[in-house]
Amino acid sequence: MSQTSESWGSRVGLILAMAGNAVGLGNFLRFPVQAVQNGGGTFIIPYLISFLLMGIPLLWVEWAMGRFGGRYGDHSTPFILDNMTKKRFWKYFGVFGIFTNMGVMAYYTYIESWTLTYTLKSLKGDFLGVDLATLDTFFNDYVDLGSGINFPVWAILAFLVTLTINIYILSRGLSAGIEKVAKIAMPLLIGFGAFLAIMSWTTGSTGRCADCSTYIGLNFLWEPDFTTLANPKIWLAAAGQIFFTLSVGMGTIHCYSSYLKQKDDIALNAMSAGWMNGFVEIVLGSAVVIPIAVGYLGLDWVVENAGFMMAFKTMPFLFDQWGSVLSVLAGVAWFGLLFFAGITSSLAMGTPWMGFVQDEFNWSKNKSAIILGIAILAMGLPTILFFEKGVFDEYDYWTGTVSLVIFALAEVILFAWVFGMDKGWKEITDGADMRVPRFYRPIIKYITPLFIGVIFLTSLFKPLNGELSDWSTAVDSVFAGNGWPWANDSIINQIFHINTGVVWSENGVLTDMFYVDMSRFFLLACFFALVAMVKIASNKRKKQNA
Amino acid sequence: MTTSALIMIILTQGTVLGATIYFFRKVLRMPPNEEPDSYSENDNDPR
Repeated sequence: MSQTSESWGSRVGLILAMAGNAVGLGNFLRFPVQAVQNGGGTFIIPYLISFLLMGIPLLWVEWAMGRFGGRYGDHSTPFILDNMTKKRFWKYFGVFGIFTNMGVMAYYTYIESWTLTYTLKSLKGDFLGVDLATLDTFFNDYVDLGSGINFPVWAILAFLVTLTINIYILSRGLSAGIEKVAKIAMPLLIGFGAFLAIMSWTTGSTGRCADCSTYIGLNFLWEPDFTTLANPKIWLAAAGQIFFTLSVGMGTIHCYSSYLKQKDDIALNAMSAGWMNGFVEIVLGSAVVIPIAVGYLGLDWVVENAGFMMAFKTMPFLFDQWGSVLSVLAGVAWFGLLFFAGITSSLAMGTPWMGFVQDEFNWSKNKSAIILGIAILAMGLPTILFFEKGVFDEYDYWTGTVSLVIFALAEVILFAWVFGMDKGWKEITDGADMRVPRFYRPIIKYITPLFIGVIFLTSLFKPLNGELSDWSTAVDSVFAGNGWPWANDSIINQIFHINTGVVWSENGVLTDMFYVDMSRFFLLACFFALVAMVKIASNKRKKQNA
Repeated sequence: MTTSALIMIILTQGTVLGATIYFFRKVLRMPPNEEPDSYSENDNDPR
């Protein structure tokens, strides 16, 4: 518990910082790819329904929990949760709200550093006249792909520079650091996105191939196929996207909101930040990668190659088709907006740690930020060095995917069922500058936990291929004595390696699984180190109160 | 573009853009709470 001097400078600053926390690389890279793979224009229907039934309730719950914890001088989830119930379990469970952020920040800062490098290279005109093969080689050389264990000198230096920028801003505090950056980065990000969207909407047919037109790309993204609505896989994909895009289940929203006073609004703030994120994702995010790529490479190429790496391996080539001046402008706009999207999110990921150690150990902002930097460096280096061994993906799977769902499910149960919906509803509506629809009360209590519970259980037990029919096939398989056919990415299979068995070496050579499992143990060790810190903090509080 | 794609794009993007502007405008138009509030920049504003 602390008497912090930290506060937000202005309400608009807080909303921009909160929107910046949510707006990330996924808004521009994950959303359009998910839409293309899940029914095109129809994807938006389960997406918006998930936003209304799961996204908005979780936003309100997290904002309310944060402000409630702030009343007791707590700014990180272990003690925010502890204030809501006196069962010790929740205090330690709250460690997820620090751990997840540090785990994601470790690899996210690395991607952020790519965008910084690419922004500078675009500005220098290094991508003028390049073809796709050259871009591919440049990227592979830059991250040193192909050598098994990577040691990309320039990429590591860029990572260190990006991490230092993050740490410096965090050390400046909330209003002088994070809020100031959000106030500059968010308008620039929206401006850059609008510029690229207008370019995409006005390019049309390029004549490079029969179906090379940005309109065909937009049509591909937005043409509804209503038959896909009956497929639960589409609903899960949409619900998953809402999770990642809003940055719920992480602990960052709690932390930002914990610096608010009880009489100040959270309901309208949450809606404003949430819809702003939706605008960046749906209006701007959908207009850039897929339509422009279809415009110059055709639909077939995009269907075959759509993915995260298009941002680096394809976009500079596409911008180059607009002539040298526009190419440089578009390159700077694209990688600049990705950098701003990245840094506003990674700064948010650093704040739960900052809040925790300042509250509990009275560390200065500088000390807290520097130690965070050292921890992120230690956690991030394995994702760089063993990138090709699957360590990067392993971090993303546990900290960037599974942890979010577990934490969100637990927190909504805590809020609605343990803390109680009467007190919870009062927390959401206290000081509200809008009328919060009353039907959200049963939604928060019943629908949202059910929604997240289904996502969690299906991820836990996902059968091979994961289609609806595969579930009944899996049950039949169990009754026939053949066991459950696990999907490779089901949580159970990921934990126990059921499909492959545990193979750490082959012919005396360490396998990728060895590196992956070691990184998993390392993450577990980090989690328990944080648990130990919470235990020490808790003992310290007991002594102070005695 | 097909008509159905055009309808989807206009309806969806119109709704999202409308909601974003509506809520942000509402925030901007709200009078600040009495001091002490959560925000430091208006601490010295005359009341």
